[in-house]
Amino acid sequence: MAEVLLKIEGIHKRFGGLHALNNVALHINKGEIYGLIGPNGAGKTTMFNVLTGLYTPDEGSFTFDGKDLFRAPPHIVVAGGIARTFQNIRLFHEMTALENVMVGRHIRSKAGALGAILRTKAAREEEAAIEAKAWELLKYVGIDDVAHERARNLSYGHQRRLEIARALATEPKLLALDEPAAGMNPKETEDLKALMEKVRNDGVTVLLIEHDVKLMMGLCDRIAVLDYGKKIAEGVPEVVRKDPKVIEAYLGAAHS
Amino acid sequence: MDIFLQQILNGLVLGSIYALIALGYTMVYGIMGLINFAHGEVVMFGAMVTITVISLLTSAGIVLPGPILVLIGLLVAIPACMLLGFTIERVAYRPLRNAPRLAPLITAIGLSIVLQQAAILIWGRNYIPFPPILDHDTIDVFGATITQLQVGIVVLCLALMVGLLIVVEKTKLGRAMRATSQNPAVAGLMGVNVNTIISATFVIGSALGAIAGVMVATNYDQAHYYMGFMIGLKAFTAAVLGGIGNLGGAVAGGILLGIIESLGAGYIGDLTGGFLGSHYQDIFAFMVLIAVLIFRPSGLLGEKMADRA
Amino acid sequence: MNANKKLGVFIASAIALAVLPFVVGSTLGNSWVRTIDFALLYVMLALGLNIVVGFAGLLDLGFIAFYAVGAYTFALLGSPHFDIHLPFYISIPLGALCAALFGLLLGTPVLKLKGDYLAIVTLGFGEIIRIFMNNLNAPINITNGPQGINLIDPIQIGGFSMGKTIDVAGFALNPVHMYYYLFLILTIGVVIMAYRLQYSRIGRAWVAMREDQIAASAMGLNIRNIKLLAFALGALSGGVAGGLFAAFQGFISPESFGLLESIMILAMVVLGGMGHIPGVILGAVVLTIAPEILRDVIGPLQMHTFGRMIVDPENARMLLFGLAMVIMMLTRPEGMWPSKRRKAEFEDAKKG
Ligand SMILES: Nc1ncnc2c1ncn2[C@@H]1O[C@H](COP(=O)(O)OP(=O)(O)OP(=O)(O)O)[C@@H](O)[C@H]1O
Ligand SMILES: [Mg+2]
Repeated sequence: MAEVLLKIEGIHKRFGGLHALNNVALHINKGEIYGLIGPNGAGKTTMFNVLTGLYTPDEGSFTFDGKDLFRAPPHIVVAGGIARTFQNIRLFHEMTALENVMVGRHIRSKAGALGAILRTKAAREEEAAIEAKAWELLKYVGIDDVAHERARNLSYGHQRRLEIARALATEPKLLALDEPAAGMNPKETEDLKALMEKVRNDGVTVLLIEHDVKLMMGLCDRIAVLDYGKKIAEGVPEVVRKDPKVIEAYLGAAHS
Repeated sequence: MDIFLQQILNGLVLGSIYALIALGYTMVYGIMGLINFAHGEVVMFGAMVTITVISLLTSAGIVLPGPILVLIGLLVAIPACMLLGFTIERVAYRPLRNAPRLAPLITAIGLSIVLQQAAILIWGRNYIPFPPILDHDTIDVFGATITQLQVGIVVLCLALMVGLLIVVEKTKLGRAMRATSQNPAVAGLMGVNVNTIISATFVIGSALGAIAGVMVATNYDQAHYYMGFMIGLKAFTAAVLGGIGNLGGAVAGGILLGIIESLGAGYIGDLTGGFLGSHYQDIFAFMVLIAVLIFRPSGLLGEKMADRA
Repeated sequence: MNANKKLGVFIASAIALAVLPFVVGSTLGNSWVRTIDFALLYVMLALGLNIVVGFAGLLDLGFIAFYAVGAYTFALLGSPHFDIHLPFYISIPLGALCAALFGLLLGTPVLKLKGDYLAIVTLGFGEIIRIFMNNLNAPINITNGPQGINLIDPIQIGGFSMGKTIDVAGFALNPVHMYYYLFLILTIGVVIMAYRLQYSRIGRAWVAMREDQIAASAMGLNIRNIKLLAFALGALSGGVAGGLFAAFQGFISPESFGLLESIMILAMVVLGGMGHIPGVILGAVVLTIAPEILRDVIGPLQMHTFGRMIVDPENARMLLFGLAMVIMMLTRPEGMWPSKRRKAEFEDAKKG
């Protein structure tokens, strides 16, 4: 039996009258690429926001890597080892690519105001290490050539990669990607797929939201399907794809 | 004399004036999402212009009943303040509608300073007494007293608020205002001239502000170039208390704040064992403001806004 | 610029700063040296506020409160009022510490507020502090109310006091000269502190938070802590400047700590170039010196052209200040000397 990294049970999240997540459970194993799909508005992003502490769930339980993270604030979640990207890219636009990744190192470094003001040896060494690590990550995702560009000026594909590098800088055990391939051309998507496999092979578990079914089928070890806030199916891609409830959900969404 | 009842009455008078000014803040906020920092100065100009007109009339030897004189003063002050409000929006806010939030705030503060200094230029630095043309006959209410003038203030405030609600709910202009406050872009596509609506909002708010300014001046028997600052701040607090952007909220918030303030001033001595006296009256508004923003930032009647991630 | 040239510029400016008070004092008079001393105090204040507004993006309209706390702490610990006379090296750090605590006191309740709301609440906080200074003279006389506190001890180092003119090798060293050097040293300290903070892990966290708070927290930044740190560090600089002000002036009263002062400091930061240290320094210097020049010009100019005073100079000065704020924001909202990054932000905002 594979080791469970993330265990979510009975999560509910309501926005006024809207039941955005309705009794959702997810178990993600260490080392897998886990896909989350569903029609528009199904609650996928809401699930991410709950997972990363941006939204507080109304009910449920949430443990990660043995720690209870239910209703933990975002910085505790990140410290615990979950990092994410955003569906509508949220980089620090006026910062350079390098600086963006350096911000990601914040949680894994500790120089305080006093260290900065006094420029202590420890603070200087740490700062150098932060920068070195940031370069390494930019190379890892393949955009070190634009390290000194402002994030705003990067191409769309580069921005997506930069967001991944920034998330990896927090040294996550679970990397959660919200539609990373949206708006990419087939070549870029292919490269992105390779990158995700590389990340996984380097020991990081990946949780992925995507609409591109072909990509998901080829990439994910397991997939869960959300519809109207409920999990309607879960399993290996071939089985999920043939599940009548899933077909119904997608067709229903397409026809309404 | 019953202190409690007396303070409630005082608070009601003060509160209805706050409410009238708060409407100006809340309308602008509802439509543009910004705090019109210079609104207090419009209130001040309303008071100053009215006093000037009345003084000119009386010194020209014209003898008319007090309320008529005030009315004539208002007939000059209201259009003047409407023009002022219109100009403020054109100069300080319109060119900066897409700029970072800080920019209109700074121009508004700058404009406040300019208006205060202009008031000093015109009217000087000293307190200007309100001409003694109004009766201050008192009415006895269960042992507490209220002047006829104060009753008039409260009644007029209520009438104006009801009038405004009717305009906003029932007229074409009101519909356009509501549409603009919900989504300016969509309202624009639907054929609403957003610029006109914004101007109208400033103009209406300024007219109410002018009347409120005169009320403040009659109630305290004086006006001053700096009077707009504190009263504006309190009215803004009232708007936040009621739920900014919400007209009914501004009224409720204004009256509530007025009552909190005067009860606070009446009892602070007892509450602190004589350590703090009634000169601390002004801190209540700030305390209320901070408390509301912490515990219920959407205000009493405002809708809860979820922070979208 | 090569290293030699840099060294040259450095030495030249060091010499210029060293002789400045004597050159100004002997040509324009010592009242101008006093103005320069004030400019240095304002540089410290503006750099402190810049941490809050420029780096962390938190709009603070009550910054003068921290200046007041520093000044009152110093005054109460070194004046006949309580007849306590602590040395400055105790009372200035204490004042700074008190100010920082007040920074946390203000910062904690307003953590969730944004933009305009934050501005109004901080403004209210500043007013509350002022109301207390004005009224805490009864029933126990703590602040001496509107009269303020008089005869505050000057800074004393060893046996010698900076409050009296002394003679050094035939040179008359005035208090304004001595305070100049003290302020200069501390200002340089604050400048270095601000630079080092800006280019540090903390400074980066502030920028990230300013740009996108949600993304920043999703990257693991503890928003609450880094906001409070900004408030506390800003307040700390304000507190130091306040203590120095009390010692320099020898007298303080609530009147020096009004809203207009807060606005003035904010204007220094914003009109100078928010977040950009050289810009903020420029803003502070210009906004301290320009009104003084105007004071010297407006009166005589009116006498000369109209033969009488038409506009009271103080009035005209404030009028121009208000107009400058408006015109500057309309024509050059990024400030006189913005950083490249900030300039880009404004250009992007313009494009929409
Ligand atoms: N902060 C919020 N306040 C109110 N409703 C919200 C909020 N966030 C999400 N919702 C609603 O919750 C539902 C689920 O939204 P969510 O963004 O999770 O969908 P999604 O599955 O990510 O869709 P998509 O594929 O379009 O990204 C939607 O109806 C959305 O409008
Ligand atoms: Mg989504």
